[in-house]
Amino acid sequence: MSLPPLVEPAESLTVDEVRRYSRHLIIPDVAMAGQKRLKNAKVLVVGAGGLGSPALLYLAAAGVGTLGIVEFDTVDESNLQRQIIHGQSDIGRSKAQSARDSVLEVNPYVNVIIHETRLENDNVLDIFKDYDLILDGTDNFATRYLVNDAAVLLHKPYVWGSIYRFDGQVSVFWDDYGPNYRDLYPVPPPPGMVPSCAEGGVLGVLCASIGSVMVNEAIKLITGIGNPLLGRLLVFDALEMEWNEIKIRKDPATAPITELIDYESFCGVVSEEAQIAAAGSTITPQELQELLDSDKPTFLVDVREPAEWEIVRIPGATLIPKDEILRGDALASLPQDKQIILYCKTGVRSAETLAVVKSAGFKDAVHVQGGVIGWANTVDRSLPTY
Amino acid sequence: MMLTVNGEARDAPAGTTVLALVALVAADPRGVAVAVDGEVVPKSTWGAVALRDGQAVEILKAVQGG
Repeated sequence: MSLPPLVEPAESLTVDEVRRYSRHLIIPDVAMAGQKRLKNAKVLVVGAGGLGSPALLYLAAAGVGTLGIVEFDTVDESNLQRQIIHGQSDIGRSKAQSARDSVLEVNPYVNVIIHETRLENDNVLDIFKDYDLILDGTDNFATRYLVNDAAVLLHKPYVWGSIYRFDGQVSVFWDDYGPNYRDLYPVPPPPGMVPSCAEGGVLGVLCASIGSVMVNEAIKLITGIGNPLLGRLLVFDALEMEWNEIKIRKDPATAPITELIDYESFCGVVSEEAQIAAAGSTITPQELQELLDSDKPTFLVDVREPAEWEIVRIPGATLIPKDEILRGDALASLPQDKQIILYCKTGVRSAETLAVVKSAGFKDAVHVQGGVIGWANTVDRSLPTY
Repeated sequence: MMLTVNGEARDAPAGTTVLALVALVAADPRGVAVAVDGEVVPKSTWGAVALRDGQAVEILKAVQGG
């Protein structure tokens, strides 16, 4: 399937631009007309993180005339393993501003517009409306469904990529001409089922594999060349080094998208069971310290994965990964005569686990708000965070 | 009948639907997509699509990272 070019060509290229883009201009399929389309294109990248980093750098280098960046966060040291648009001296800076500076260093002819805000229901349509194309490189399901629905409502195409550990998925969604995200994944996984990259990790270079495909598709859509990835999902396995292609059809039963919904509640940050279990059974890191210092018999359980345990842990804890408790295997190893205290990285997984532990009869079990990160930020600042 | 599920051979009773296979393989059907012989089976039709001997099934999980 081919699609008409998304963008009309700019009137002309300057002499400097001709020199800069000469390797594009001599490809017959791109040529002057294609490069002028890129110059006239307005592309919005949501998230200047793992996927946004390579995407923004290559879109800039390719000569996309206007680049928008939606990003509210600041650069953290743990970003630099994969977010190559930011550098050591950017730690603590606004990611949007850091990304803008890198883009302009790569290509000063790009007009960069930064949106230093969290994408929300009340701003998404206003931000999207001025762009021809959107790239989704966000890091959570709620924003991914928001991006999808807003793109559908505005009849805009978007390039979608997502990553986890060694696995990547990438596609183009354009409801007017093919499927949208909901035809592939009508509903998100239950909260806590699918870890984020912050919880489960991601191979840094995977961002380049998926991000470069996203830019490749953006250039094709803008210039109207080649066979777009619309209606096809590429699934990448970096360990096997395999790309699999899967065809996606519109699901006739998918309800038409007519308005934005409450995405936080649609995706559920924490499940209802966990919220109920955690109510009144959540202690702060300081309260944990007081408990550990007291004579009260306690049993502190770290429900994270062994790799996380290796990085940092709270002294006196026992490692029992969440899944072993959820499956029921590990419940027998919990002592009946001590108060069970659960913690994870930030308090999400421990809340999910708490629901199971309490329903197994450990009525006075509690979990630690903010997890080991909260502990490291308040009780023992000498500990590393990740 | 024999199926290939995520690259591994798996025996399944004749007439097994996509819905039934997902129930066996995935902990929760939410956030899951299924492709049979390289094509996504729309979720609304999982219960109506019976798998056939020799088919290759990919059970995909949505990931959120970016």
